[in-house]
Amino acid sequence: MFGFIISNAQIPERPSPQRLVNDFAGVLQPGENNNLEAHLEQFARETSTQIVVITLDDLQGYDPGDFAFRLGEEWGIGQQGKDNGLVILVKPKKGNERGQVFIATGYGLEGVLPDAIVNGDIIDTEMIPHFRENNYYQGLASGISVIMDITQGEYTAEYYRENYANQGGGILPVIIIFFIFFVIAPILSRRRRGVYSPGKSLPFWLALGLLSGGGRSHGGSFSNFSSGGGGFGGGGGFGGFGGGSFGGGGAGGSW
Amino acid sequence: MRKLIVITLAVVAGFLFTGCGYNKMVDLEEQVTSQWSQVENVYQRRADLIPNLVNTVKGYAAHEQETLEGVIEARSKATSANVNPENLSEQSIEQFNQAQEGLTSALSRLMVVVERYPDLKANQNFLDLQAQLEGTENRIAVERRKFNQATQSYNAYIRKFPQVIYSGWFGFEKKDYFESQQGADQAPEVEF
Repeated sequence: MFGFIISNAQIPERPSPQRLVNDFAGVLQPGENNNLEAHLEQFARETSTQIVVITLDDLQGYDPGDFAFRLGEEWGIGQQGKDNGLVILVKPKKGNERGQVFIATGYGLEGVLPDAIVNGDIIDTEMIPHFRENNYYQGLASGISVIMDITQGEYTAEYYRENYANQGGGILPVIIIFFIFFVIAPILSRRRRGVYSPGKSLPFWLALGLLSGGGRSHGGSFSNFSSGGGGFGGGGGFGGFGGGSFGGGGAGGSW
Repeated sequence: MRKLIVITLAVVAGFLFTGCGYNKMVDLEEQVTSQWSQVENVYQRRADLIPNLVNTVKGYAAHEQETLEGVIEARSKATSANVNPENLSEQSIEQFNQAQEGLTSALSRLMVVVERYPDLKANQNFLDLQAQLEGTENRIAVERRKFNQATQSYNAYIRKFPQVIYSGWFGFEKKDYFESQQGADQAPEVEF
């Protein structure tokens, strides 16, 4: 999996600390940038849906859609399993070159945000008219507010909290299981010896299995954590990208 | 006594396989298979759009019978080309690919014809279908790329040491990529 991240050197690296607004082309004022970032982070915290804005002057010869899908996939935007990530890629208009915009929807958002809606209601109606006037912030903000309205009910933060709890306190369930099998179970089995004797050695094995399982998942989350670079401790503010996947949903436009 | 030896061997072999990547080979092969079904899904999605598209075009360009029939025929060929994902041979992928490319080129011929009908091009239904078709082509490109990536990981893994020694014993063979045909990615030229 990571091999492909390395091999696709042309796609920009995941920012560290991770941010939802990545204005590489510099079309946003610092205040606008922070405002948008705060707005998107809050939305990500509330719904677990991650919307990433990226502006770039040069797409390295990629088709905008292709670029957005690869970027979404490689950064892992959205939550794993839900695939509720969204990439808004803007290549600002410069001189004679046309401006281009592409919104890529993760697998999990293709249902609520069909391509035709993205194309007509969001890009053509909300974004491009503002982009034409060189007002990138307004175009992004109004497009994003429509996206938020539409996707609001699709995912809840519960999923995000589950992940958060797992990453933060991976050791706690292990301790609880340890406690149950080594402290409570022996007490119980001593009390009702007759009933529990056949399975006497079982709790030990079970606990061992669970322990090793727990240890593994903890290790996994730890390595995610460090590869994420921003993650929970790094002040990402939205929990870090969750490993969502993109399958070619979305639409684009130019002006 | 013999039974004991067999059991011991089986246990030892079990540990060896898990240690030496047998399970990983199974996982990687499974990924290739499931990615193939994704590829078929998106092609099916495209095929599902076609009856609607043909009907819409018919309303405006009824005398383009030949082109429309070409699309319908290519669609039925494409939907009848099935590949067993458990047995992805070069030949079956090639056949599937050819049938799909046939539909791709029939569709691009249709899109060229459509240029002559401004009323049709302004029709909202047609515009939606066109957007959907574009979206489907995007999805096809993405899923094909992912299939090739999955195949690449699998191929690279089974040919690495030490897996290369025993991958063949269990029938893990090199899988074929889904190559696009030459010229298939070139848009047709429009002449006026």
